Amino acid sequence: MNTNLILILLVGALVGATSGYLGSYMVLKRMSLVGDALSHVALPGIAIAMAMGVNPLLGALIALVIATIGIWYLGEHSEVYPEALVGIFFTASLSIGLLITPEPDLLEALFGNIDKIGAMDGVITIFGAIVIFIITFAFSKKLLLGIVSEDLAKSQGVDVSKVNLVYLLLIALVVALGVKFLGTLLTGAMVIIPAVTAKNLAKSIKQFQLYAIFFGVTSSILGILLAKYIGISSGPAVVLTSISIFLIGYAFKN
Amino acid sequence: MEKDNVLSVHGLKVKFDNHIILDDVSFEIKRDDTLAIIGPNGAGKSVLFRALLGLIPFEGKIEWASNINIGYVPQKLFVEKDLPLTVSEFLRFKEDNKEKIHQVLLEVGFQHESDHFHNDKRVLATRIGALSGGELQRVLIAYALLGNPQVLLFDEPTAGVDVTGEETIYSLIHKLQKKEDLTIIFISHELQVVNHYAANVLCLNREKICFGPPLKVIDKETLTKMYGEEVNLYQHHEH
Repeated sequence: MNTNLILILLVGALVGATSGYLGSYMVLKRMSLVGDALSHVALPGIAIAMAMGVNPLLGALIALVIATIGIWYLGEHSEVYPEALVGIFFTASLSIGLLITPEPDLLEALFGNIDKIGAMDGVITIFGAIVIFIITFAFSKKLLLGIVSEDLAKSQGVDVSKVNLVYLLLIALVVALGVKFLGTLLTGAMVIIPAVTAKNLAKSIKQFQLYAIFFGVTSSILGILLAKYIGISSGPAVVLTSISIFLIGYAFKN
Repeated sequence: MEKDNVLSVHGLKVKFDNHIILDDVSFEIKRDDTLAIIGPNGAGKSVLFRALLGLIPFEGKIEWASNINIGYVPQKLFVEKDLPLTVSEFLRFKEDNKEKIHQVLLEVGFQHESDHFHNDKRVLATRIGALSGGELQRVLIAYALLGNPQVLLFDEPTAGVDVTGEETIYSLIHKLQKKEDLTIIFISHELQVVNHYAANVLCLNREKICFGPPLKVIDKETLTKMYGEEVNLYQHHEH
């Protein structure tokens, strides 16, 4: 096994672990599709970054942070259920992204390309994963209490609105980390699928989160290896692997 | 605020989109008192609770005694049945000490070894969504008690609980009344319960209709003001 493959597997495993962990909350919050749609926002960010000659990951992150604050604001201040607005906003950004991304780079931006992952990406991913795990763990009880009962959380002095914003910003970070490897269209899938698989099997929150992390890591590693040896694109290989694990888990449960 | 008061509410007004839900409500509660809040649907009872807890904006003054811990027992939790959250994990949102959790479960009526089981599974390991209405209500009370509150707010403690469970919840509330320095405020629909357990009652229908010991202040006139003509409150029983 060469060092490059080890690096790719490490990045993949970390993206899988952090997506699974954060996804566990997203599934409970019934916001799964927001996570998916959010990943589309990365596309115009990547295109603009490419045009300016800066790291696409940075462009993706900035676009995602702006969109995240937008979603949070709508959720806090609008009486309208934000899902419809989110749908419109994200398809718009996807369309704009498609128009402004240079054609040779489009496929890579949409579906990712693990061969382009370098040492710098590895460092950023490791750092990002550590940040995500520490902050999420520190906020975990408040986040979960807010999901179980917002009133109960607020009556205990939890600033639910702030906790939600921090959580959404972490989602933006995990999507940015995954974009180079899975592409803007498929990154959201890794936030949803391992967590849904885990929810089917878990009997407690602790199990739920551990399973989600485990399925995230397993999907990434198996998917990357499959892509390498069969010679297919890594993004779809990882997503289809995680869906296969979901189906096995579902059959196992029934 | 007077020294032995735990709460003083003055001229409380709550509006949602120019629609007045509560208007000019004033009352005071003494330490260790048990207050019932009654009124028809839409009278603003739950809204009053939300204002007391600081969850919604309001006009007027709500003043709690200083350094007071408030335990809130919501009517129910809106959680999916398959939410993978155990009772133990839920209680540990507030308290990590296992001994304290054990004590509080004893206090809310999981007294005997057999009470600690739900369908042969220890209550602590049971998912929140799998509990019966009565069990969930007791777990919610346990959760509120974990913060060592001096005030407990119950939003319709027996909504979603069957009749036998209902008796248990009220006898539990009765037991809690005997605790030192614990003020209890509960919302109820049932006049019998109010007469039996509450030292004072606040009758509410957007405005304050009456306030005082239930047997003194609840009469035909106040009932008519709250529920309209010809309503027999004893039959007013919602589940």
